[in-house]
Amino acid sequence: MRNRVILRLIGARIGANLLLLLAISLLVFLGTELLPGNVAEIVLGQGATPAAVAALSAAMHLNQPAPLRYLLWLGGLVSGHLGHSLVNGDSVASLIASRLPNSLLLAGLTALVSVPVALALGITAAVWRGTLYDRIVNVLTVASVSVPEFLVATLAVLVFAVRLHWLPALAYLGAADSLGGLFRVFALPVMTLSFAIVAQMARMTRAALVNTLESSYVEMAVLKGARPARVVLRHALPNAIGPIANAIALSLSFLLGGIIIVETIFDYPGLARLMVDAVSTRDMPLIQACAMLFCAFYLLLVLIADIAAILSNPRLRFR
Amino acid sequence: MNLPMDTETAVEVADLSVMAADSAGARRPIVDGVSFTIARGEVAALIGESGSGKTTIALSLMGFARTGCRIAATRLRVGRTDVLALKRRELAAFRGRNVCYIAQSAAAAFNPARRILPQVIEGTAIHRLMSRAAAEAKAIALFHALALPDPEGIGARFPHQVSGGQLQRLLAAMALITEPELLILDEPTTALDVTTQIEVLRAFKRVVRERGVTALYVSHDLAVVAQIADRIAVLRDGRMQEAAQTSHLIAAPEHPYTASLLAAAAPTPRAAPAAAEAPVPLLDIRGLVAGYGAVRSSGLPTVPVLHNVDLSIRQGSAFGVVGESGCGKSTLARVIAGLLPPARGSIRLEGESLAGRAAARTREQLRRIQIVFQMPDVALNPARTVARIIGRPLVFYHGLSGAALRRRTAELLELVHLPTSLAARYPGELSGGQKQRVNLARALAAEPSLVLCDEVTSALDTVIGAQILDLLAELRERLGLSYLFISHDLATVRALCDEVMVLYAGRRVESGRRDTLLRRPVHPYTELLLSSVPELRPGWLEMVPPVPAARGIAAGMGGRGCPFFPRCPHGIPDLCAREPPPLRMLAKGAEIACHRSEEDLLALQSQKSATAAMPPPASVSTCRELQCP
Repeated sequence: MRNRVILRLIGARIGANLLLLLAISLLVFLGTELLPGNVAEIVLGQGATPAAVAALSAAMHLNQPAPLRYLLWLGGLVSGHLGHSLVNGDSVASLIASRLPNSLLLAGLTALVSVPVALALGITAAVWRGTLYDRIVNVLTVASVSVPEFLVATLAVLVFAVRLHWLPALAYLGAADSLGGLFRVFALPVMTLSFAIVAQMARMTRAALVNTLESSYVEMAVLKGARPARVVLRHALPNAIGPIANAIALSLSFLLGGIIIVETIFDYPGLARLMVDAVSTRDMPLIQACAMLFCAFYLLLVLIADIAAILSNPRLRFR
Repeated sequence: MNLPMDTETAVEVADLSVMAADSAGARRPIVDGVSFTIARGEVAALIGESGSGKTTIALSLMGFARTGCRIAATRLRVGRTDVLALKRRELAAFRGRNVCYIAQSAAAAFNPARRILPQVIEGTAIHRLMSRAAAEAKAIALFHALALPDPEGIGARFPHQVSGGQLQRLLAAMALITEPELLILDEPTTALDVTTQIEVLRAFKRVVRERGVTALYVSHDLAVVAQIADRIAVLRDGRMQEAAQTSHLIAAPEHPYTASLLAAAAPTPRAAPAAAEAPVPLLDIRGLVAGYGAVRSSGLPTVPVLHNVDLSIRQGSAFGVVGESGCGKSTLARVIAGLLPPARGSIRLEGESLAGRAAARTREQLRRIQIVFQMPDVALNPARTVARIIGRPLVFYHGLSGAALRRRTAELLELVHLPTSLAARYPGELSGGQKQRVNLARALAAEPSLVLCDEVTSALDTVIGAQILDLLAELRERLGLSYLFISHDLATVRALCDEVMVLYAGRRVESGRRDTLLRRPVHPYTELLLSSVPELRPGWLEMVPPVPAARGIAAGMGGRGCPFFPRCPHGIPDLCAREPPPLRMLAKGAEIACHRSEEDLLALQSQKSATAAMPPPASVSTCRELQCP
């Protein structure tokens, strides 16, 4: 009975996300349609004859009406055929496969660094709310949220690479063959990305925890003689899992936007860099596939947070 | 830090003050120079209105001050411990071990994310008192002692899976498990229905007496305190007004404030104006069915709340609706106001049929029915001044503006006995009683015929609530208003209303004129409700016949039978569970819904009161002697 309730709730969330993904695919398609310029002209270059352009357009199904092209593309997406790059003819799937691990590595390392730091900052600030420490954390997080990451990245390069010569300004993956090398390659990109999302996560964690710390059951735990660590870990945190999971998911999804800028600035061979290049060459299948992948990643994060919130709520688990 | 043992006094407080810093940084006392002692094994009570500092005093005995407060005292001793000398670590070891706390709202005091048993025994783990198995066994023994259902299994549940009355007793088990030197009970029954309150009080009293617990009982309700406390101290504005033995304080209060508290605890009926007999009732409701959720094919909503309710309010009368929480009282008001369209049934205002939705009613119909909500704090928009709040209906219904609007606003404020200078203030600057008056003035601004009062005094202190009742009675006489007065509190209904309807599980079980219904209840539920209202005399609790154990939910729920059957002492097993009870007209003029005849019920009542008048078992006093040194 109770498990069926949970399964139905989670099933509904997954279904809603799939519908949302369908809507997004339409938006992505329409968005790429709006990009100016004929792909065939761009591919063939300025010296192309009209006949050659017409022939290539026909070969690319560019002459067919947009709804039909959308359905063809959607069918390809669902069956796993992402098509071929218009620029160099490689399969989109293999292009993405070569870049996706790099982006996941960067995002994963950033999450690994930023989530514990953010939780620690948020939890300590909530526990010592109103103190000088809380205010300092508050000011620092507001400050770092307010600085855009391209500025952080540029300043970091200026200080650590140009002035101090501690770290390389560009992220060559080839240099990441040892632990030290890995650190040198990823230090600047990870730092830049962490800068904004740590602040966001810490602030949202603090807010969620302060809410539960001011509840009667936490006061009760204090009156039972529980020490602060027990009060926070046993009593407050379990009730803040839902909002904190949401805070983490939202912040990590913010990584997606940040990754585009960071990969570009540090010339990091990731998915975002691939997409930026695809936009400049009007490589529609590649742009569309990358955009869908980013959106799916975002929805997945929010879905995981939703499911965590559902599972952490005993009112839903045990009716 | 360990003081010499005093075997007689368990708690000693001398010149206790608690200072609070407000947002501007200014310090003001919320407790001012309070001194008292509690003897070992004694139950002392602190009585006062909200803001009198009673909870603050209780918490300071645990060395606990809410954010921004500071405790000072020449002496603050519990057992051997000088509470103010404790360091942070020692305080944690002291709390929950030497002093335990039972909070007002058990529903809020239990962590919703954890099962009950681990929370109940957590104190023994924090203070390393016993093994987990021993603690669980002890908890289950306490559950037995507190008369909880399914003592072995209840601990495995989550807090949202048990009722409010059970949670309150589980909280008591949580406090008693470490066998503290002092037990603090902070309004432990205030949030409960009267019928539940009696069971919880009885369980508390038995455990406290049997175990010889020293306790401090904090409450605003004198009648409740009179049942359990040996001594009572009266507080007001953080100062002690009077302290005496319970029987002495109730029989002969010395301080005028105590006398006013006593008077407010037993409100006297307000005089009712002679109502002119009109041929058509002001409000007439027939066969009302309402609830929440989608309406199913059967014509019933998914969660039905009201079942076939009939009522009729005469011109100029005050009609009371009583029942426990969840019986559908507020739903009734929402349906009449047009906030919730009924699934079935008719509502007529002076013979004129009213649409179910407020949006479909005429402006004139809307004007004639106004509602006053329970919580004055949330019913008023905090971003609007009092003048704008009262002015809105004046503009909407009467098209007033400029000087006329200002004059009428001032008149309305005077009508509810508020100074006209309040017009420029915001709700946040007013006290609870003032806010409720503004609420009332806003309703009166429309010049209604019928005012729906939904628990209008429940969120207020007894003395303030009594003043609002006076105001309602006065307005009724001056303006010829009619009220639908909803309350869970029989005393306030008795004070104001001339007709009363008792609701149980959304059904009308008894209705009639106040005097006949409340003086001689006939329906078993009305009788239970009336006998559960605490009375001011000590020893009342022992005289009330115990509520029969529920027959199991399956017996009466879901079927077509009488909804009260599972709790009814006079139920007829087959008939009541299967057949809906018929309406009976009683000799005294009231109506009841019951399978038993009036003579039957009256005969059963007199039998029961004869058995209940027997003296309580003598075991209480012997237990206490055994445990007290």
